[in-house]
Amino acid sequence: MSDDVDRAPKGWIGLRRLPRESDLRAVLVSLIVCLFCSAAISFTVSLVRPYKEANRAREQRARIEQIVRSTPGLAELIDTGGDAQLEVQVVDLETGRFLPDVDPGGFDPVTAARDPEQGIAIPPEADLAGLGRRARWALVYRVQERGRLRLLVLPVEGKGYVSIMRGYLALEPDLRTIRALSFYEHAETPGLGSEIENPAWLAQWPGKQAFDAAGEIRIAVARGRVDPGAPEALHRVDGISGATRTGVGVTQLLHFWLGPQGYGPLLARLAEERAPGDREDSR
Amino acid sequence: MSEGHGPRAAIARGVLAENPITFQILGICSALAVTRTVETALAMSISVIAVLLGSSATISLIRNEVPRSVRLIVQITLISTFVIIVDQILQAFFWELSRELSVFVGLIITNCLILGRAETFAMRNGVGASLVDALGNGMGYGLVLLVVGATRELLGTGRLLGIEVLPLVERGGWFEPIGLMLKPPSAFFLIGGLVWASRSFALRAARQEDAVATSTSLVEDRA
Repeated sequence: MSDDVDRAPKGWIGLRRLPRESDLRAVLVSLIVCLFCSAAISFTVSLVRPYKEANRAREQRARIEQIVRSTPGLAELIDTGGDAQLEVQVVDLETGRFLPDVDPGGFDPVTAARDPEQGIAIPPEADLAGLGRRARWALVYRVQERGRLRLLVLPVEGKGYVSIMRGYLALEPDLRTIRALSFYEHAETPGLGSEIENPAWLAQWPGKQAFDAAGEIRIAVARGRVDPGAPEALHRVDGISGATRTGVGVTQLLHFWLGPQGYGPLLARLAEERAPGDREDSR
Repeated sequence: MSEGHGPRAAIARGVLAENPITFQILGICSALAVTRTVETALAMSISVIAVLLGSSATISLIRNEVPRSVRLIVQITLISTFVIIVDQILQAFFWELSRELSVFVGLIITNCLILGRAETFAMRNGVGASLVDALGNGMGYGLVLLVVGATRELLGTGRLLGIEVLPLVERGGWFEPIGLMLKPPSAFFLIGGLVWASRSFALRAARQEDAVATSTSLVEDRA
């Protein structure tokens, strides 16, 4: 064919007319390889998406079950099939009211946050968790026994160092004491930030006080170790060395979701609803 | 060392004579990390073989089009693509297993074994030969992983693939699991042992071949 083939004995199409080491050829070859690779990856990702979503749903259920099981006495209560049941409800975050008419099965907070109707933009100064948007409603899990709250499980999410971390915060019936914290999804640095999944680290959370006596949100991941003698030790959990930003992310997301933009209204309403006798108990 | 031709000999070279782990000392990192059980070792081996086959075939296919200046970037891009695809498939269909393998699937990208085969073989040979080379090396890697994985799981838990093989003391048997086998350093010792065993074996075979060669040449000289 052409005579100007420069040390490219075999090849396809117009590329073979270019000299082997020309810049143009390097750019063209790189471009074609990139297009091919991105197409292959996009195709695979869209193909496996439904399976990964099913896996995530299974992981979420497993985490909630784990929290319920780890709460003393609760698993037996549910297993005996008495009045106590783990129920899921949709709650309006702004008013803090449950919406019994909304089917929880058809509500997905992640999609809802993106929806112009079902989601709202979080004011930047209030956006502690770095989410940008949130859904108007949330799915809340609770265990009640004869009309009295035994456990409240709240989905929480927020930005860590490199990823959105999603998990559950479980509160005791006094709505101040943390029962458990657990993450089911994140992509933090393996070995450092990923320690938020470590059961040993998570085991520090039960019993910590999310609020102080005045009702201020005080819970935080410390920098380094917590001094058990310090007055704020009640509100602190050891930091993860090498993952300061992940720890800050956990603190921020808890402050966001316990605050006025998150479950604040719901917690205030539930506290009001409690019988006066209960309130005496928890003091 | 036998220098045979044909696909069979090429595969045998990858598995035994030029085994990537024991002879080329490539891919050690993952061999240390994911060989606690046979299951993870098997999953890792299959993932590496899949990535090797994919990357070797595509790199060999475009070897005459790629300018030398960008060849490493092109190779790594293609390898990464196959690693991401394998990772996605694991996450979708083998969720528990993919959590156990965690970062090590992603780290296949940096497994020198794969870039090594791409640079030294697939860039210089046809698609068929590259596929055979990839299969041989992948199986060689897999063989070492399985041997180490099986040894660690058997001695560390008394089980193979989760099934009890050695009767455990705690259930009235005689076998006391060796805790060290479940820790990464045990893989280090085991792989070290394998490298030593296979190299000294190969050395002896080579000496014998040499001896035969010299004796025949002496005979020829006299003739």
